[in-house]
Amino acid sequence: MYTHVFSTKKNGVSNGTLYKKTFIEHFEQAPMYVAVLTFVGFGVGTIFGYLRDFMRAWGLEKRNIAEEREQQKDFVPLYQDFENFYTRNLYMRIRDNWNRPICSVPGPQFDLMERVTDDYNWTFRFTGRTIKNVINMGSYNYLGFAETEPTALKTVTKELQKYGTGICSTRQEMGTLDKHVELEKLVAKFLGVDDAMVFGMGFATNSMNIPALVGKGCLILSDELNHTSLVLGARLSGATIRIFKHNNMQSLEKLLRDAIIYGQPRSRRAWRKIIILVEGIYSMEGSIVRLPEIVSLKKKYKAYLYLDEAHSIGAVGATGRGVVEYFGMSPDDVDVLMGTFTKSFGAAGGYIAGKKDLVDFLRTHSHSAVYATSMCPPVAEQIIRAMKCLMGLDGTTQGLQRVRQLGKNTRYFRRRLHEMGFIIYGNDDSPVVPLLLYMPGKIGAFARRMLEKNIGVVVVGFPATPITESRARFCVSAAHTREMLDTVLNALDELGDFLQLKYSRYSKSSHPELYEETRFELED
Amino acid sequence: MSAAAGVGQQWVLVEMVQAFYEAPAYHLILEGILILWIIRLIFSKTYKLQERSDLTPKEKEELIEEWQPEPLVPPVPKDHPALNYNVVSGPPTHKITVNGKECINFASFNFLGLLDNEKVKSAAQASLKKYGVGTCGPRGFYGTFDVHLELEDRLAKFMRTEEAIIYSYGFATIASAIPAYSKRGDIVFVDEAACFAIQKGLQASRSNIKLFKHNDMADLERLLKEQEIEDQKNPRKARVTRRFIVVEGLYMNTGDVCPLPELIKLKYKYKVRIFLEESLSFGVLGEHGRGITEHFGINIDDIDLISANMENSLASIGGFCCGRSFIIDHQRLSGQGYCFSASLPPLLAAAAIEALNIMEDNPDIFQTLRAKCEHMHKALQGISGLKVVGESFSPALHLQLEDSSGSRENDVKLLKRVVDYCMNSGIALTQARYLEKEEKCLPSPSIRVVITVEQTEQELDKAASLIKEAAQSVLN
Repeated sequence: MYTHVFSTKKNGVSNGTLYKKTFIEHFEQAPMYVAVLTFVGFGVGTIFGYLRDFMRAWGLEKRNIAEEREQQKDFVPLYQDFENFYTRNLYMRIRDNWNRPICSVPGPQFDLMERVTDDYNWTFRFTGRTIKNVINMGSYNYLGFAETEPTALKTVTKELQKYGTGICSTRQEMGTLDKHVELEKLVAKFLGVDDAMVFGMGFATNSMNIPALVGKGCLILSDELNHTSLVLGARLSGATIRIFKHNNMQSLEKLLRDAIIYGQPRSRRAWRKIIILVEGIYSMEGSIVRLPEIVSLKKKYKAYLYLDEAHSIGAVGATGRGVVEYFGMSPDDVDVLMGTFTKSFGAAGGYIAGKKDLVDFLRTHSHSAVYATSMCPPVAEQIIRAMKCLMGLDGTTQGLQRVRQLGKNTRYFRRRLHEMGFIIYGNDDSPVVPLLLYMPGKIGAFARRMLEKNIGVVVVGFPATPITESRARFCVSAAHTREMLDTVLNALDELGDFLQLKYSRYSKSSHPELYEETRFELED
Repeated sequence: MSAAAGVGQQWVLVEMVQAFYEAPAYHLILEGILILWIIRLIFSKTYKLQERSDLTPKEKEELIEEWQPEPLVPPVPKDHPALNYNVVSGPPTHKITVNGKECINFASFNFLGLLDNEKVKSAAQASLKKYGVGTCGPRGFYGTFDVHLELEDRLAKFMRTEEAIIYSYGFATIASAIPAYSKRGDIVFVDEAACFAIQKGLQASRSNIKLFKHNDMADLERLLKEQEIEDQKNPRKARVTRRFIVVEGLYMNTGDVCPLPELIKLKYKYKVRIFLEESLSFGVLGEHGRGITEHFGINIDDIDLISANMENSLASIGGFCCGRSFIIDHQRLSGQGYCFSASLPPLLAAAAIEALNIMEDNPDIFQTLRAKCEHMHKALQGISGLKVVGESFSPALHLQLEDSSGSRENDVKLLKRVVDYCMNSGIALTQARYLEKEEKCLPSPSIRVVITVEQTEQELDKAASLIKEAAQSVLN
């Protein structure tokens, strides 16, 4: 459990002028009884799990899982029985809340395919009906570029007709198209750096380029809550990895000092280089990285900074340039700027940008440039048109409007949720809003009831989050109108009372006239 | 007296037992825990305190001042062979414009010519109108579209397996599939010529890797026998150690096929599972394009997992794995490239479905492709200085130097001159690219020649004679 932090840093206090605007993050701790009940919930689930396994083993209950082939029954078993205990007994019960298929564009509203289960989530059957106009609070559509407006997609349609969908080659062989060159120049201009390189998949950008940048004898300092792609890239590189507490600068400084003073373990040789891996916005917490402090640390100790802006590019900053702009810093402060196009640009793929030396090195030594297919042209065109819109190069102010609308929506949504009394994690300016549910039973109930009210939400539990901190995660989009947000907030209010989710001890009512009566009743 | 003393002792014993029974439960539990704790302390190893540093704060500051890291990236020489890419203007189809020159494409893996097929493009357009471009989420969080489910269904039906799972990137497919099953402590037997994606998958899995010589079944059997002997020494460990063989259907690095029937025999004899990577053989080998299992006439259930990418024959982006539900379903929760990455854009999935339709409706293109491969293979024989590496029916061949000059750099330069000569005369070729320091078994430098269905016999002959000319002028 996080300790209660309600930090506000203003100019003139301890960090001096590092932060140009207030930086407010919340990680409120729930009352003790919530933790106890959560464990009780998991305990009950586990006991029933054992009971069910026992009944399945003795044939008292039907086995629904797929089985190994007869001819291969004497091979070493492919899965350990215990590995799947959690999947079989706890995840299966609420499995219908994930992998929900949709059949329309993932905009602010979408259509879900209705599916039912006849055997408690072991198999699903589509009824053929669609649930129309469900409000989408789960897709990463921050700036609303996931749209099917013909005028918006005019250039993409043209490029698709001209280029087709495939490339069939790698960047270094015959796979570099003029579209890639155009896109890379535009990305570099957008971010204000020398040069950029684009890749076909965001996950693969991390896992294939970190091994190219660091190797044995280097040190990686990685945040506790980094994404799987960063962790995989760090592991594949062969460098030593040390973890510092989430967004905790004292922990990072201590690791840096110890690394430089004591060198490599056992041999005491100096480290070849030290690289710090952080993300712009952490997708499960909604917190924003403390970039000014990290940059001052990195300059003091001569380390390198790798910033993964998967969720923050386009979503924060006055003109959507990411956390670097949000904190008023220069892109030269960050050594490696990495990001993905999946979230704010409504496309797919990733990029790495920085100084020319860095990008030249990646063009020759990145695993992706040599062995993996390059980005497909219609997707590249979508990014180009979205970026031009953001930069204002298409002649309108639509891009800037989208960024401002996202900021407005985010602040409104978060403020109302705080007022209602939910526990929300993260920074006030982050469009990722985790709402804590804690108990395993509430995960399923929350998602199902929200769907009944025609709102699609994302719930996350163990193992993506700590076992006691299951949450629902909302992604606010610039395409959401005030009415949609109000519908969602009212539904949340109702559901929050029904499921008793309003754990916060600091709630202020936003509609005092509605709640006054009950307050007076209690005081009686 | 002694009798009384004996009775007294007995009496004390009985008293003790009685006290034991009458003592409150918490007291007994506490005593029990204390006894166990003492036993643990007696038997636990002593630990050394961490070496206390005797550095003064001033010395620490000096160390921090003095330390100089390497530059983030080493400088890259301007004439590095991989720095200046060939830039293609327009689509990389049969007639391709490279660096401003119009050429015939012998370098892109567009085997079935589906890259600029009108039907595929219109299917993608329809999908674009309906779904937009990106999916804005991973499969678990509203990133599953009905096109994805349809594509998985169609692929499973086409390959005649129970289930298929699609990934949004070809490289990530096998690189996520292997670590989902093989963990630390398991054993994987892999061919030396396996492609880089397989190597990365193996590295991520942290299993024991045993390389066997390329296509050498005797070597593989030797390794398997050695492992059997090891197992007998430690049967308990052997019962939980999983074993896998990873091979490719048509090897990217050498252009030949793996001897699948022998591998199946070894599988049942030594109880090892087989993972087959079919990126180049899917849509190429077999009567209907189902890959190497159809080519050899093997029951597809004998292969545990088939993985392929859709970036070659299907002219789309992404990859898929197919097999029995027992195996494939596991990847939906533990395949990293599947769970933690956004799903495939729907327009690419729709294009792949349409490409599958074309493959199913025109099964004779595979025969045509094979005939062209044979023709080209024959035409490339007898070039002085270059030898053809690859099977006669493989559409991706390598041309290696017959006698190497001794240094890899010089070989690469010579081959570059051959490639440039051909490019200037209208045939687009490329050298096969590798990361020299990262490959486990680096193949020799070579020129990649790709044969597609769209190339006519005249073009094949022209290419062959041009390469001959180039080889003569450069290498003699």
